[in-house]
Amino acid sequence: MGKRIARYALLVSLAMVLSWLESLIVFPGLLPGMKVGLTNLVVVFALYRMSPRDAAAVSLARVALVSLTFGNAYSFAYSLAGAALSLAVMTGLKRTGRFSILGVSIAGGVCHNLGQLGVAMAVLGTARLGWYLPWLMAGGVAAGTAVGAAGGVIVDRVRPLP
Amino acid sequence: MKKKRLGDLVLAGSILLAAGVLFLLFRPGGQGAWAVVTIDGEETARYSLSEDRTVRLGDGDGYNILQISGGAAAVAEADCGDHTCVRTGAVSREGERIVCLPHKLIIHIEGGGASGFDASAG
Repeated sequence: MGKRIARYALLVSLAMVLSWLESLIVFPGLLPGMKVGLTNLVVVFALYRMSPRDAAAVSLARVALVSLTFGNAYSFAYSLAGAALSLAVMTGLKRTGRFSILGVSIAGGVCHNLGQLGVAMAVLGTARLGWYLPWLMAGGVAAGTAVGAAGGVIVDRVRPLP
Repeated sequence: MKKKRLGDLVLAGSILLAAGVLFLLFRPGGQGAWAVVTIDGEETARYSLSEDRTVRLGDGDGYNILQISGGAAAVAEADCGDHTCVRTGAVSREGERIVCLPHKLIIHIEGGGASGFDASAG
């Protein structure tokens, strides 16, 4: 138990550092809300080297802490929806055994964006953000590819955690 | 491994395809942004922002002059009491709107660029 908590703490702090890094880097041409999703790297790692339950714990702690530190109540709702949908889909796809870490991470990136947009639409009470959807999907594929490629390397090199 | 690569490709391909279809669906006429005129809750007209024009909106009860120029819409003149619509100035971004309460008139922008949605979401 102690070991697990220490591991969670390590991964959550790593995810927070990545969130912070990401907020510093502004990529030209990205629409607001579009993210590289570096933090998803940590969740993907936890999913592959620990368990879906561990990935969920890390993801939830990360969303809560990042929103408290850098965000607000709305960003908490957006992020939580994105993270939950993303993790659920990634866990499901991984279980089918038909996709590599790349495909799983791509689906995760896209679903993260979809979840966020869904909450944004509900909060703002408008369907007009729909035009944003294709961009977020394409952005999710790009981000997911990058995260999946990096995640694959990391998962290969790090021993399975006992 | 090879089978998984195929799975990945199919997955990424279908997401991009869906994105492409949605992109086409959400582009009214493929001409970028539109100014949509709603009077008393009903859409009465829509004008592309890419074409300059001046339109007189309303009937006997009152009028608003909608002016579209340089990719933005503005109410140039109106006979309502408060002139909030005129003071709103020009709008051009998705979701922005000009409201004239006395005439139950709303002009809002559809399509086009972003308007700061969710810039703070982590």
